[in-house]
Amino acid sequence: MKSSLAVPAKLSTILAVTAALLAACGGNGGNNAEGAASSPLGSSGSSASPASSAASKDEGQEKVTIEYWQYEYPAKVSLIDELIKQFEAQNPNITVKQTNFPYDQYNEKVATLVPAGKGPDVINLYYGWLPKYVSSGFLQPLPESAFPASEIERDYYPLVSAAKIDGSYWAIPTAVRTLALFYNKDLFAKAQIGQPPATWEELVDDALKLTQKDAKGQFVVEGLAWEPGAQLHHWYRDGLLPQAGGQDLSEDRRRVLWADSPAGLEAFQYLIDFAVKHKVGTTGVFTDDATAFKTGHAAINIDGSFRLGSLKTDAPDLNYGIAPLPSYKNKSVPSSFWANAIPANVSGAKLEAATKFLQFLTSQEVQEQWVEKVGELPAQKAVATQDKYLNDEKLGAFISQLDNSKAHFFIDETAERTLFVDATNEVLRNHVPVDKAFADLVSKTQKLYDDYWAKADGK
Amino acid sequence: MVGSMITNAIRRSTRAGRKLLAMRATYRMQRYLFIYLTIGIPLLYFFVTRLVPIVYSFSISVREWDILSRSKPYVGLANYASLFADEAFRKSLANTFLFVAVGIPGQLAVGLAVALLLQGTTKLRGFFRTVYFIPYVTSIVAVSWVFRWLLMPNGWVNEQLLNLGLPAQLFLQSPHQAPYVVILAMIWQSLGFQMLIFITGLEGIPKMYYEAAHIDGATAWRRFRHITIPLLNPVILFSAVIAGISYLQAFAHIVSMTQDGGPLNSTRTLVYHIYKLAFKSFDMGSAAAATVILFAIILAFTLLQLRILNRKVDY
Repeated sequence: MKSSLAVPAKLSTILAVTAALLAACGGNGGNNAEGAASSPLGSSGSSASPASSAASKDEGQEKVTIEYWQYEYPAKVSLIDELIKQFEAQNPNITVKQTNFPYDQYNEKVATLVPAGKGPDVINLYYGWLPKYVSSGFLQPLPESAFPASEIERDYYPLVSAAKIDGSYWAIPTAVRTLALFYNKDLFAKAQIGQPPATWEELVDDALKLTQKDAKGQFVVEGLAWEPGAQLHHWYRDGLLPQAGGQDLSEDRRRVLWADSPAGLEAFQYLIDFAVKHKVGTTGVFTDDATAFKTGHAAINIDGSFRLGSLKTDAPDLNYGIAPLPSYKNKSVPSSFWANAIPANVSGAKLEAATKFLQFLTSQEVQEQWVEKVGELPAQKAVATQDKYLNDEKLGAFISQLDNSKAHFFIDETAERTLFVDATNEVLRNHVPVDKAFADLVSKTQKLYDDYWAKADGK
Repeated sequence: MVGSMITNAIRRSTRAGRKLLAMRATYRMQRYLFIYLTIGIPLLYFFVTRLVPIVYSFSISVREWDILSRSKPYVGLANYASLFADEAFRKSLANTFLFVAVGIPGQLAVGLAVALLLQGTTKLRGFFRTVYFIPYVTSIVAVSWVFRWLLMPNGWVNEQLLNLGLPAQLFLQSPHQAPYVVILAMIWQSLGFQMLIFITGLEGIPKMYYEAAHIDGATAWRRFRHITIPLLNPVILFSAVIAGISYLQAFAHIVSMTQDGGPLNSTRTLVYHIYKLAFKSFDMGSAAAATVILFAIILAFTLLQLRILNRKVDY
């Protein structure tokens, strides 16, 4: 008996030690699990557009191939394919190759492929990532000759200034997105409310009227979908806070000014009250805010223009309208954008071609195609304020707010969001007083900024 | 024996014999060469894909390794210091220990209970085994989402609780309940695997011990305590190590079931924290430092388990 037991014991020892080694390695590559877990799309897709080589034969110039990277978003991918064809017809010497990665692996792919010498020549980045990319030396400023700062500031909406770091513009968008108030017309009619709310007060009143609960107190309809981790943290920074008269960051973007005036706490309290005091919505019901709204379980949701597409496909029968965000002392609306940038190592003929492609991507005709195919708003005032867009039932409300748009300068988007969500949870779940949770949020956010600038100054 | 005599005879007498001997030697060498090559190739693969990265990650952990930046200056133990100064990291460390401390005993107890029950039945055994095994081969994401749906504040489970006159629970929305909910989901999912291991172990125990104990008048509990448990020891050890590692590496369930390891970092584990550091904050240096810490924990944990559970049993 002794020997028959000794063998499995030894075997399990070997297995255990091997497992420990494997485990340590597994930890090292934690991204594998993420890839498997969260993205069925897994592998990266790459689609090269057919080169228009026939057109370039007679030209004496050398052919240049540049690579364009963006994340995998079907409408954007197919439009870019289309645009590349148009661009190549105009510039027979340039071939553009598009490469896409799933959204949640985008930074990983960039980080792993670029050191391997497989970098792009034009890269599409979320504006909130720019400070990280800039401070790590990955990008070069846009060529001043092709994109003078004065012109950008004249033609584009002010939110684009989030791409201006250390006095230069590092990226330029084709399109921008803003938040607005999505409301379910059927639920409004049922509650006998004629107009969407236009002020803070009206929003509270309407949300209270629209909320439906069953006999046991469970939500049937949320008056206002309440998910701080989705869009509400943006609503706070660039909406509620400035609307109440507060300021987001200091001019040099080093100090968080939320607590410098009573407006910061007032706005935070206003946001928290929906869940804690008015109880018109809370986290996690009907999965999340967007699902609750799509399925008619939320009467109002604060969401972005990027949601129009999925509402169209997922809930074609939903009878909803879009209104500007309710305002208070001032008007202000959160906005964001994906922008195209040029990596630092692009030079010579490639840089020239990349600049040309970038100019093409920001041209009026491309911006118009972008609105129609992708649903994002034109980044240039002249293009956006055409009647056909202003009078559009769905786009109108978004565009009318663009003049008051703000885009918070994120130094670490996920970390800043996590801090905000944590502060709301402290109040909601741990019953921490609102002012204490708020003070904590401000000091922790400030620390993120301090660390970032200490690093940036050190370089 | 005869062979060696002949060999000796040949060696003493003829040159042809020496030639034959040389051929045998080369044949032997070829065999060894073949064997070592066969072992060597996977070993080399293991070395390149496993050991080298481990050593490499030690080097990353002492540098300020911004994922996008070209310069990776040496910073000594600064990454380790900043990790331990980080509240979220300390919380993730504590959570990881909680996952291990609750997860392993939970998984072993439930797995053993099911295995013992299944051993007791003869009818529909295959059916039950299949049913219990299905969660193990189901996608983690799908399972996580089903749990998420069932446990929503206004979900099915709360509906049943309210019907029974009990208060609705927050489950995944509560920082106090969420880690246990995730652990339960992990136990539920690995139950089939655990059961299978235990059934195999139980079938390896000779029936005659139980019969002898029965004749001596031992109760069912004593038979379990003094025969089943000691003889299952190697299987328990193996299971505990494997389960321990899966809880130390808890990640996919957290990504799918919780919002960003929340609420309030209550479900943020070490591996999840590493992932966030590396691929959301681009801070490879700190991420590698955390990996080294995880490596040390897993190594210590495994050695400890070997020491505690790997006692030989004599009968």
